Amino acid sequence: MNNQAEYFEDRVVLRLIQFSVVWAIVGMLVGVYVAAEFLWPGLDFGQFWLSYGRIRPLHTNGIIFGFGVSALMATAFYSVQRTSHVTLFMPKLAWICCYGWQVLVLLGGISLLAGWTTSKEYAELEWPFDIAITVLWVSFGVVFFGTIANRKIRPIYVSNWFFGALIIVIAMLHVVNNLEIPVTFGKSYSLYAGAQDAIVQWWYGHNAVGFLLTGGFLGMVYYFLPKHADQPIWSYRLSVISFWAFTYSYIWAGPHHLHYSAIPEWVQSLGMVMSLVLLAPSWATMVNGVMTVSKAWPKLKTDPALKFIVLALAFYGLATFEGPMMAIRSVNVVSHFTDWTIGHVHSGALGWNAMVTYGTFYFMVPRLVGRELYSSQLAHLHFVLALAGTLLYIVSMWAAGVSQGLLWLSVDSLGELGFSFRDIMAGMQPYYALRLIAGLIFLTGTILMGWNLFMTMKGRSPVPCKPMPVAPEWQVAPKNTQDAPAVEATA
Amino acid sequence: MNGVSLHKKLEENAGLLIFGILFVSAIGGLVQVLPSLFQESLQTPGTLTRVYNAVELTGRDIYIREGCHVCHTQQIRPLVAEVERYGPYSRASEFVYDRPFLWGSKRTGPDLHRIGGKYTDLWHELHLLDPRSVVPESIMPAYPWLTTRMATETGNIQRKMKALAMLGHPYSEAEIEAAPARLEGVTEMQALIVYLQMLGTTLSPEDAAMDMSMAEGH
Repeated sequence: MNNQAEYFEDRVVLRLIQFSVVWAIVGMLVGVYVAAEFLWPGLDFGQFWLSYGRIRPLHTNGIIFGFGVSALMATAFYSVQRTSHVTLFMPKLAWICCYGWQVLVLLGGISLLAGWTTSKEYAELEWPFDIAITVLWVSFGVVFFGTIANRKIRPIYVSNWFFGALIIVIAMLHVVNNLEIPVTFGKSYSLYAGAQDAIVQWWYGHNAVGFLLTGGFLGMVYYFLPKHADQPIWSYRLSVISFWAFTYSYIWAGPHHLHYSAIPEWVQSLGMVMSLVLLAPSWATMVNGVMTVSKAWPKLKTDPALKFIVLALAFYGLATFEGPMMAIRSVNVVSHFTDWTIGHVHSGALGWNAMVTYGTFYFMVPRLVGRELYSSQLAHLHFVLALAGTLLYIVSMWAAGVSQGLLWLSVDSLGELGFSFRDIMAGMQPYYALRLIAGLIFLTGTILMGWNLFMTMKGRSPVPCKPMPVAPEWQVAPKNTQDAPAVEATA
Repeated sequence: MNGVSLHKKLEENAGLLIFGILFVSAIGGLVQVLPSLFQESLQTPGTLTRVYNAVELTGRDIYIREGCHVCHTQQIRPLVAEVERYGPYSRASEFVYDRPFLWGSKRTGPDLHRIGGKYTDLWHELHLLDPRSVVPESIMPAYPWLTTRMATETGNIQRKMKALAMLGHPYSEAEIEAAPARLEGVTEMQALIVYLQMLGTTLSPEDAAMDMSMAEGH
């Protein structure tokens, strides 16, 4: 582009951070409400739109698409400009992505309350939203890859591979899984039926976790962790190997959601084996991250942002160990359909996704607005609350899930069932109470962060910031610029 | 060319990187998901498997709208304890007219795949209106609005059946023609109960008979 802006487009980054924090609070509030309905089922007050079956998907969608994707767009836009030494490609389109996505999440949430749902997990939104998601996602890709194509430095930095995989793979999964025949505006029927529908859905569902909640957030880690620790990535070679191993092997693991179900055994077994293989790239990435920060250990004592990111890596390691273990058939026979799964999801969602996002927000906002964080003490308090909330959550759900799994399966010496379903269910109340408390603690921390960031950015707009010049030996040769397809398309 | 210089190419060319990611991530789906979309056994109905009639289909769409699948699975695993608790384990052939599948991922309440015929219609109605009146320990929500809404309001049944017919469900012209009349005077509550009462009842007797011998002990 000839009319390249002089300064980084950081206003859109700041706005996306603000939306992300709002969705985090709203999404977690809904989560707490859902958790309370386990204890007091009358909390829906006979209102269809407060009914558990409708607001649980609202919680998951609000967190993943509101909080998660807004944070991913913010961090991707922030880091791709800096690692490419160039300002954002088509900044107006970036703004359309930003606001379009918020409208989508808002209307999509309302549609879930209205009962518009495909029922497929993390793909509940009906076909009009599926089309809107596709358009906005492609726009996100155009801005992102366009910026990379315009870059002034030859190598594409590793964080961008992960953000790139996020954009490409999610686009593929989303389109294939949501092929459906519309009936009315709020209703469609899946192109696939029965067992085949299940296989496609969990290929999508597992990899939405893989490439959105894992890959995308690894993009954050690869940019913000070295930046913050002021250290280069420990092993470049390890990051190359783990990236491609991750991209290749994650895709296969979906069928572990369907163990012992009516899908072919070869699909289940392949899913299980590849889930175990996945442990290698997952932990390689974790080791790379921990070793990178190991030279900056003293900073952990004083810097809440770095603390969050490092703790997130620990939970990443925990969740990516637990996942493959739960994918083993003989473990899965106990864990499947129980609250253990919910605990596992939250060790990822709270411990990994939320914490790494909090760490990057505490890092970015003061830099963006050119002012110290309003209260470092409040951020340390947030850290303690986030850790306590996460631990209590996963421990209570482990206890609940393992009990459910074992009690459901128990038969006495005569082969009679040991316990009735309703008795087992009734026994879960203490764990559900602990889970509610855990959620409240975590939510409190998030609200503190919202306040802290609000006070930091209050009355400020982003500090103008120019791309750094690139050393001559790393500059893009003029010939290379023409090779990049996106540049040609817009010339 | 060694690995390092190969990767240098990838990471210095955005187009190659995009292609590389797409290629590497597509392999799993091509090898694992695509073949199963063509596997005969997954799309062949059992001897008794049939399409949902107008009322059942409406009931099923209410089940989806209310998010019943969020807490109830429809997937009985081939394990002794599950077969004892719920009935014959689930077969792929029973689900060929399920769009979408409703196997679920969480059993906060019990599995419902073989719920059909286990309780009376009256029990279901009481249970859906006030779950704790029949199951004191229950934490299920109540669904009072189902009694006041009519099955004709759930959606355009003819368009639904035509869409499914397009996807290969064997609905006759006459069936589609008669569908709105079948829904006349039926409440959403009744439609949902009709669906629940037919759930899992179309397993062929041969399959049901071989059940316990196949189930794995755990």
